[in-house]
Amino acid sequence: MSIQFKTIVELRAMLDSKQISAAELMQESLGLAKKHEELNCFITMNEEQALKKASAINLDEKTTSNLLGIPLAQKDLFCTEGLRTTCSSKILSNFIPPYTATAVKNLEDAGSVTIGKTNMDEFAMGSSNETSFFGSVHNPWKKEYVPGGSSGGSAAAVAAGIVPAATGTDTGGSIRQPAAHCGITGLKPTYGRVSRWGMIAFASSLDQAGPLARTSEDCAILLNAMSGFDSKDTTSLNIEVPDFLENINKPINGIRIGIIKEFNLADLDSKVQERFEESKKTYEKLGARFVEVSLPNISASVPTYYSIAPAECSSNLSRFDGVRFGYRAENTDDLNDLYIKSRSEGFGDEVKRRILIGTYALSAGYYDAYYKKAQQVRRLIKEDFEHAFESVDLLMTPTSPNTAFKFGSKGTQNPVELYLEDLFTISSNLAGIPAISIPHGLVNSLPAGLQLIGNFLREDQLLNAAHIFQKNSDFHHLKPDLEESQ
Amino acid sequence: MSWETVIGLETHVQLSTKTKLFSRASTAFGASPNTNVNLIDCGLPGVLPSVNKEAFYKAIRFGMAVNATINQTSIFDRKNYFYADLPKGYQITQMDLPIVLGGSIEINLDGLTKTINITRAHLEEDAGKSIHDEFDGFSAIDLNRAGTPLLEIVSEPEISSAKEAVAYMKAMHQLVTFLDVSDGNMAQGSLRCDANVSIRKKGDQELGTRTEIKNINSFKFIEKAINFEIKRQIKILENGEKVTQETRLYDSSKDETRPMRSKEFANDYRYFPEPDLLPVVISDEEITKIRDEFPELPKEKEIRYQKQFGLSAYDAQIIASSKSMADFFEAALKKTKNYSLLSNWLIGEISAYLNKKQIEIHESKLSADNVAMLINRIDDQTISGKIGKSIFEEMCESGSSVDEIIESQGLKQISDDGAIEEIILTVINENPDQVAAYLAGKDKLFGFFVGQVMKLTEGKANPKTVNTILKNKLK
Repeated sequence: MSIQFKTIVELRAMLDSKQISAAELMQESLGLAKKHEELNCFITMNEEQALKKASAINLDEKTTSNLLGIPLAQKDLFCTEGLRTTCSSKILSNFIPPYTATAVKNLEDAGSVTIGKTNMDEFAMGSSNETSFFGSVHNPWKKEYVPGGSSGGSAAAVAAGIVPAATGTDTGGSIRQPAAHCGITGLKPTYGRVSRWGMIAFASSLDQAGPLARTSEDCAILLNAMSGFDSKDTTSLNIEVPDFLENINKPINGIRIGIIKEFNLADLDSKVQERFEESKKTYEKLGARFVEVSLPNISASVPTYYSIAPAECSSNLSRFDGVRFGYRAENTDDLNDLYIKSRSEGFGDEVKRRILIGTYALSAGYYDAYYKKAQQVRRLIKEDFEHAFESVDLLMTPTSPNTAFKFGSKGTQNPVELYLEDLFTISSNLAGIPAISIPHGLVNSLPAGLQLIGNFLREDQLLNAAHIFQKNSDFHHLKPDLEESQ
Repeated sequence: MSWETVIGLETHVQLSTKTKLFSRASTAFGASPNTNVNLIDCGLPGVLPSVNKEAFYKAIRFGMAVNATINQTSIFDRKNYFYADLPKGYQITQMDLPIVLGGSIEINLDGLTKTINITRAHLEEDAGKSIHDEFDGFSAIDLNRAGTPLLEIVSEPEISSAKEAVAYMKAMHQLVTFLDVSDGNMAQGSLRCDANVSIRKKGDQELGTRTEIKNINSFKFIEKAINFEIKRQIKILENGEKVTQETRLYDSSKDETRPMRSKEFANDYRYFPEPDLLPVVISDEEITKIRDEFPELPKEKEIRYQKQFGLSAYDAQIIASSKSMADFFEAALKKTKNYSLLSNWLIGEISAYLNKKQIEIHESKLSADNVAMLINRIDDQTISGKIGKSIFEEMCESGSSVDEIIESQGLKQISDDGAIEEIILTVINENPDQVAAYLAGKDKLFGFFVGQVMKLTEGKANPKTVNTILKNKLK
């Protein structure tokens, strides 16, 4: 019996009923990864260790963890002890961390097994997975299309059924947008819900780790394990973590969902609009009430984000200097030359572009006009959300203005075109609030994503609303025809 | 023309916390290179800082001592620049909201007291150390110091001479050591300063162009570097030229300041709030606790020493002015009751020895216990004061205890009347002429007899006993 496209819940049942052993499951999952190598989902496999760990799992042991023996893939910006971690960059192409990120450690402590590290946009900078030093990931639905980014490898590995779930990180939409483009479910938790320790930073005040899976129920399972205060990350939230499965089946009758007035959906592709209207109807049938809400400053999200994120990135990426770890250029004259050559040769174009933008935004004389102003606007956007959540429980938007696009079709001439991909996702990072993307049908044979945005710490409401939708729809059961897509 | 000097000092105080400002690695001095370093200190990808509150408590204690405003909410910022011993490519420091704001410190110079205002004091991490000359063709990096907590104290430009600058640094040294904020060890770099020096015409309101002399780490060099710089700037101005605003280094071997490479100060540090750390909030309870546990400062000690131990104002002031001396005194007091003899020794013999060696008492081999026992042995007449001095010298060399030295060298004082009487009789018998002269009225010869007795006893005879018996025998 194939394990491909199975959910965690389904695999759990198979393991518990001894239809399959943990070691067999791992073999299968690794085999699928190999079989679909052409998708380029993985940068580094963890075959030996994964098989070793799976063989040692005793399923008869009484356990409350539904992740015991479940194969997972980790985005390649989570540090994994002894397992190469590259951030899809040449500059880290030889980096083997001496420690493991808390998010990954929490998942592994819950019994899951890491089968490998997934491809991504270099340092998570990109929305198409085209900036990876290790080559683009292919969308399992159509091979000449991008999987979205930056967590493209994780999204594609789940969409192709290689693993039931994977970790991702989301700075401006990097979990939700690839989840949407690959037809799976992806959750960006509240900022601080999951520890950032061991997550290689892009933009510290926006980065957040989260799960990508086939269902919102599986996302809840992962989030349960990943979350929690970590003394090593003082920005992680020191509050008790609820059981995200507990209320997931609660009826959503009477739930109030806001539609953001400022997102002019009429401008979108008519088929994308159509999907959105259909999903609205589904929710109405389930008892939801729709309200139009105004977030007057939300249209400033993209420029605000593209001032703050590059600024933080320009500083965060300073440590990649060729001195202590990572790529070091040869034949250098002096220290400055070592920096210049190592960084020029080690970073790709998009990373360099953002370092330059960020350096500029923080420069003397420009700081007030860009970085400081952006932080002020960020505060206003946050307040807009706070205000909106006084009258609604959730907000709903398409995840992305479009479905996946063809390689090389966007942003090659004008990067801003690609930055607009994040229009609907960016604001929840700026506000630090959770949001989820769930599949809601195909547009021209490619998946489209529906985004639900929740109030601060209300992942439970998001997962509940998403799960009820999935119980009443089949979009999350759609599978790419991998033979066809080749 | 008459010139006026304006100096502002930025003092870097290394806080004596056990661990670093943002990691739990040790701050111990002198460990072999790159051993007091953890993942955070070497800036590995994905690591995050977490704040060592102890550093805040020490900074707050300093702030309270100088009557400053304590910002109970303070934030960290990043100062971005590339250098091989700066692992993250930025230093975490405090820019807009430092922990300490304002305050002042009193300095004493030639019997006069002057108040120097403090602008601010902020917490920051130190960088590592670059070693350029030990490995052929390579520079080496030692990250042991990276992440060590520093308190940077910025003075107002109110210091008007090199001597005043030294007095300011001495006052600062006294304060931070008494507060137990820092060990104040200048040779190890625990206390160092940058001096901003400018010259203007006497009476001018506007400040002249300043230069900044970086990283001066001794009182002597502070005075020399500033004096060199004052002369250099006056010469420039008197030639009708302009002083260039720049960063300079003091070279003690040539006794001159030189400009640092221009690259290093053309930096735009691109400060912005550190997104990896939340604002640090100090509660009212923490403030109260720090206030309740406030250490005793020199002035208070001085008064207490006079009241409690009957020390003279002069003695009390000297002992209380140095943290290591005061600590030593207080530790020795636990083992001896002869306070005045102890303070005499501390101010006399011991201070003279320390001055000669140019060290602080805690750096010597002297222990409070040993010195207290020495005082006790003199007090109970086991040894004479004179023998005490030679024992002290031995003690400084070997660190041995008084009793060990007395024992091994047979220095125990002879106070036994019978034994002394016997020796006195010998002396009298062997010097009949002198006895006759003495009895004929030559009183001065008494000293001769005492000397002879001491000679025969190798100085160990109790002088009082000798006097009494001798007077009797020579009647």
